[in-house]
Amino acid sequence: MKGGTSFSDRRQAYLMVAPPVVVLLGVAAYPILAAVWLSLHRMILVFHEQRFVGADNYAFLLRDARFWTALGNTAYFALVAVSLELALGLGFALLLSAAVPGRGLLRASILVPWAIPTVVSAKLWAWLFNPDYGAITRLLPLSDTNILGTPGYAMHAAILVDVWKTTPFVALLLLAGLQTIPEDLYKAAEIDGASRLRAFRSITLPMLRQAILVTVVFRTLDAFRVFDAVYVLTGGGPANTTETLSIYAYKTLMRSGDFGYGSTLSVATFFCVMAISVAYLRLLGPREAGA
Amino acid sequence: MRRAWLTLAVVAAITFCVGPFAWQALTSLRPEDELTRVGLPSSISFASYAGAFHGRPFGRVLLNSFVVAGTTTVVCIAIGASAAFAIAKLRFRGKNLLLGAALAVSMFPPIATVSPLFLVIRALGLRDRLGGLVLPYATFALPMTLWILTGFFRDIPDEIYRAACIDGCSPFQAFRRVLLPLAMPGVAATAILVFIFAYSEFLYALTFTSSPENRTIPVAISLFAAEHKEPWGEIAAASIVSTLPLVIVTLLFQRKIVAGLTAGGVKE
Repeated sequence: MKGGTSFSDRRQAYLMVAPPVVVLLGVAAYPILAAVWLSLHRMILVFHEQRFVGADNYAFLLRDARFWTALGNTAYFALVAVSLELALGLGFALLLSAAVPGRGLLRASILVPWAIPTVVSAKLWAWLFNPDYGAITRLLPLSDTNILGTPGYAMHAAILVDVWKTTPFVALLLLAGLQTIPEDLYKAAEIDGASRLRAFRSITLPMLRQAILVTVVFRTLDAFRVFDAVYVLTGGGPANTTETLSIYAYKTLMRSGDFGYGSTLSVATFFCVMAISVAYLRLLGPREAGA
Repeated sequence: MRRAWLTLAVVAAITFCVGPFAWQALTSLRPEDELTRVGLPSSISFASYAGAFHGRPFGRVLLNSFVVAGTTTVVCIAIGASAAFAIAKLRFRGKNLLLGAALAVSMFPPIATVSPLFLVIRALGLRDRLGGLVLPYATFALPMTLWILTGFFRDIPDEIYRAACIDGCSPFQAFRRVLLPLAMPGVAATAILVFIFAYSEFLYALTFTSSPENRTIPVAISLFAAEHKEPWGEIAAASIVSTLPLVIVTLLFQRKIVAGLTAGGVKE
């Protein structure tokens, strides 16, 4: 809006944005600061014990092998899940933008996993993976393998659940990107005698770069804080091989009641996520970051 | 030839997306002694549905989830819509800061806020109360609300707002009487996304509620257990009962939801 904004207009603007500002400060910013504060304490809820210990919890964190394992698990989960989602999502998006029979049905089907709560989808897959009666266990040559109870398999089962649940979101974002590519470019490429593969490599991928980057940012941040899918599927087991940072922090807080070290783990997760977002913002550049 | 491959790919993609859900629906309709079979059931049975509601407060849990998600949606739209309008159409300082802060909050891992929020909610006497869930839900759904609605308000031409001002409306009146009605499709899309977010949320619900009758659907389903073995038929029935409404609404409002998701792109 140009010109003539009066003082009272601006006051109304501030009144309108005040409630979200208050809520974001009170229920999002304050808890983060409070978590940092708690992480500097020894605090066991049931013993009503709370004393300041400085950086002791952080010193312990650096020596805590379980933390490093959880960090490794989380990074592996995020890396593999996001890569698969990107590849599969791009495939779905290309199918949705091609003139193929059944496109409308695919467009509807793709929203089904998206709409299902993560916990429900984890339970649904847990049933498919059931060692005695699960459809997957019986159809694949894995009979009697307890997929969710075998280290190595369990993490990949959790990744599959995440891929199933979130590939639709990736596909929709990439489809929106595909739809901004002018049709003329492909026509020109066809006239020049370029193959489909060549057109994909020289037109689609470069034009889609931005959409891919944005999608990867959102998905990585989401995958890095994963809790629901893995917690419901495996509870972090077997032998902590699927324990992610969020699950370790949750168990320390709510099962052991250790609010000091649990908060330290939460804060560590927070800083990992923030480090990833800063790295991505650098990569995206300031122009796209605000878009 | 190419067409045949593409059709095959579409069939595979549809099977991948819908197959597991369809399998769960089939499981929920099997007679109990056929749960272990892979083929089609010999008859349809609703025993698992009856079982899901028997001996546990699952009806209450469903109601809880609808109440919490509905209240969250109302709160979020009530405080988010006017703010998004102000960001899109009014001149004031700090609007980019606000959008940036909202984006940062949307990146917060929920676990990072659990311990202090738990202590606050306990101190306020809201532990194990549904009210204790609405405030965190509304807060963490607010970023996507602001981003998506700001986009929708920006799409409304400035001339319309200016015309309303010339007709003597204050900014807030222009919002209420002119721009909000025009942005209704966007508000509806956002409301559905917020509802689904709140309906599906697990970590806070697991942490802040404790008694079975105060749980929400995700928590109840994650803790669905019987004396001896996992009641897979009943879990399947409970999953279908609690998910089918979402799936139907999503399919009915497909286009709106996709528009909201890709416009904001903030969260799924």
